[in-house]
Amino acid sequence: MNAARKLACVVVLAVCAVSLAANWLAPAGYARQFREAPSAPPSHQHLLGTDEVGRDRFARILYGTRISLLLAPAAAFVSTVLAALVGGLAGYVGGIWLRLARGFTDLFLSLPWLFLLITVRALLPLNVSPLVSVLITFLILGLLGWAASARVLSTSADALRNSDFVLQARASGLHGPRLFFVHVLPNLKPVLYAQFWISIPVFILAEANLGILGLGVAEPLPSWGSLLRELEGLISFREEPWRLVPLLLLIVVMTSFQLLLSNEEVTA
Amino acid sequence: MTGRRAFLRLLFCFAPLCLALVFLTLTSGAAFSQSGGELRFCLRSEPKTFDPLLVDDDSSLSIRYLTGGVLLRVNRHTQDLEPELAESWKVSDDGKQITFKLRRGITFSDGSPFSSEDVAFTIQRLMDPALHSSTGDAFRSSSGAVSTKIIAPDQISITFPAPLAGLERLFDQVAIMSAHSPKKEAAVLGPFMVAEYKAGSSVLLRRNPNYWKKDSQGRRLPYLDSIRLDIQSNRDVEMLRFKRGELDLINVIDSDYFDRLAATSPQLAHDAGPSLDSDFMWFNQVASAPIPEYKRAWFRSTNFRRAISQAINREDLSRVVFNGHAQPAVGPVSPANKFWFNNKLKAEPYRPAAALQRLQADGFHLQNGALFDKGGNPVEFSIVTNAGSKPRERMAVMVQEDLGKLGIKVNVVTLDFPSLIERISQKFNYEAAMLGFRNVDLDPNGQMNIWLSSAEDHAWNPQQKSPETAWEAEIDRLMRAQASTADPKKRKESFDRVQEIAAEQAPFIYLVNQNALSAISSAVQGANPGILSPQTFWNAERLTLNSTTRASR
Repeated sequence: MNAARKLACVVVLAVCAVSLAANWLAPAGYARQFREAPSAPPSHQHLLGTDEVGRDRFARILYGTRISLLLAPAAAFVSTVLAALVGGLAGYVGGIWLRLARGFTDLFLSLPWLFLLITVRALLPLNVSPLVSVLITFLILGLLGWAASARVLSTSADALRNSDFVLQARASGLHGPRLFFVHVLPNLKPVLYAQFWISIPVFILAEANLGILGLGVAEPLPSWGSLLRELEGLISFREEPWRLVPLLLLIVVMTSFQLLLSNEEVTA
Repeated sequence: MTGRRAFLRLLFCFAPLCLALVFLTLTSGAAFSQSGGELRFCLRSEPKTFDPLLVDDDSSLSIRYLTGGVLLRVNRHTQDLEPELAESWKVSDDGKQITFKLRRGITFSDGSPFSSEDVAFTIQRLMDPALHSSTGDAFRSSSGAVSTKIIAPDQISITFPAPLAGLERLFDQVAIMSAHSPKKEAAVLGPFMVAEYKAGSSVLLRRNPNYWKKDSQGRRLPYLDSIRLDIQSNRDVEMLRFKRGELDLINVIDSDYFDRLAATSPQLAHDAGPSLDSDFMWFNQVASAPIPEYKRAWFRSTNFRRAISQAINREDLSRVVFNGHAQPAVGPVSPANKFWFNNKLKAEPYRPAAALQRLQADGFHLQNGALFDKGGNPVEFSIVTNAGSKPRERMAVMVQEDLGKLGIKVNVVTLDFPSLIERISQKFNYEAAMLGFRNVDLDPNGQMNIWLSSAEDHAWNPQQKSPETAWEAEIDRLMRAQASTADPKKRKESFDRVQEIAAEQAPFIYLVNQNALSAISSAVQGANPGILSPQTFWNAERLTLNSTTRASR
């Protein structure tokens, strides 16, 4: 592991640890409104000031980080599993199934995903708690985000299907699920890991995009999307530089995720 | 020596005269000496039309206001009706007919003469059902044709099939078109005319050389040579350009921008006080709505609605969300509407204890900090509002917290606007909604589509075949009564009672009236921002620019 990967690992772990300690570090909570001090600058009581309705920005960043960092990998896991099922299996089976899967994947990729997300979000039941809404949001992201990964996986699985060692395994009498799980899937792991790690920042940014449109995680629950939305209308960074903290955090974490990928995974 | 004394005597005699002449030149000629130049500000979207009778969007409205000549104009400052192209007017006793005496010697911007023929042409075109003019809709009091009668080249009467209350004020929106000019809508009677339109970029208005109005010194208006309207939807960019001096005014700005501007340049930020706009929420009372029966029972309970209203801290909403640039709303009419506002009414004060008592009177009870109804159902509902409106989202979050103190769980849901409209007006698949009302009409007839129980915009329970409650039947009766009489006193009595019923029943829970906030550069002289649209340039014909700005453009 090189130094950059080590540093990235430390950063991601530190951010995760701090966000998990939100209950102790920010006892006021993310929803309490200090209405006498809306849009307040940093102070002893509010380390990063307060938002427009007087909620402690530090607490909201910690809780928002917890939500985005825990649920984005979950969504990435869902989408990678779906991609493995669709792309991996089609590539392994080959023939008409591969062509069908690629056609379906291309069709899915051609959909305007943002509008699709907005439409799906609008069709959801209204009376759900903020926690359920955030779970739904990330689940939708996971269910809709598999196509690009599936495209990559189908190509890799197709190449593996015609590789010498798979042919040799077939010649030895291995076939069906056993061949897939024993010889193909282990060789797809680097690609799967790469797709998983790549998907995490993609989903964080997708949620942030939805949040900027006001369609992300339901209030009063914070997320990086809703925190980034505060930057709307910020004309001068010099006046309130503390408002840039969520953006800096996002950049640091996204960079760390990219650095976490090994050379093999990057190549894959 | 003698000569010098004579000169001094002469100077002494003529000095007052010279000073008087210098003073007169400086004062009476002030506006004239500053005439010319180009005023610049932004439209927030592309104008959808230049046809004054088809105007339906803010940008087109602004252009119509600056280019269109009207028979009568509502003074945006005093709210009084003033004669423009019509010297005088008279409404018949039965309220069905209005007769105008027109000014003589006026010509359109292309030189074609103005007469009663043009008024007749405009009215006939306006009332043509095939045109689908929203301006024309305001004149449709009942079925039947509107007729015009040209009495003389400078006199015309217009007859409506039914009495139309507040008829004369509607003519503020009707820009007269030429019946004969080959330039059609490009021939205008207003102070400016459209000279250039670059789609997606700008609209250039130039002074109408034939504009009829003159100032008190007899000089022809407008003072400005031109107005450049840049099409710019991004408010950040608009504010930056204003600060850099590239724009001269911002007609409406948000409270956040306002405060930032006021902090650095207080003389440029103008708060004209409460506007006619209001933000409010309501509960879904539609019988066929896909919501549980017990929730419908809550929403139909007056006690429940009043309790919710009492549990909302409007002072906090005004102070926190709008930085103090809003007032707790009283009802359907803003206090800014001087004539129609019912002065007896006050905004619902924040009284959570009284709210809880009201709820307990309906069988609600608290259990471990959560509120339950008499059937044991936890009180929980969602409030839908449009995504992208930060003030409204903030208000919803604050209402969520206020009601949380009563043990009520509120889920705030932001939806894109088309989805929201579909839910609240077609599928009725929502529980509570929060929206705003942008009121441009002072007259209560502008709210007929909201208060009549049969109306489409009767948001809490639209298109009722017959009023489902006694108080809605009473509102129907009062609204029709005020619309069918021309007597302002009787109309006021009826509409005052409507406001009282609205306060007693709280079908709409009014939250705040936003202030009219604007920004005007110090280069602009003669501006007097008001609460009625267009707030900053309603007197555009009398605005001037200082010499530095004129020289730089």
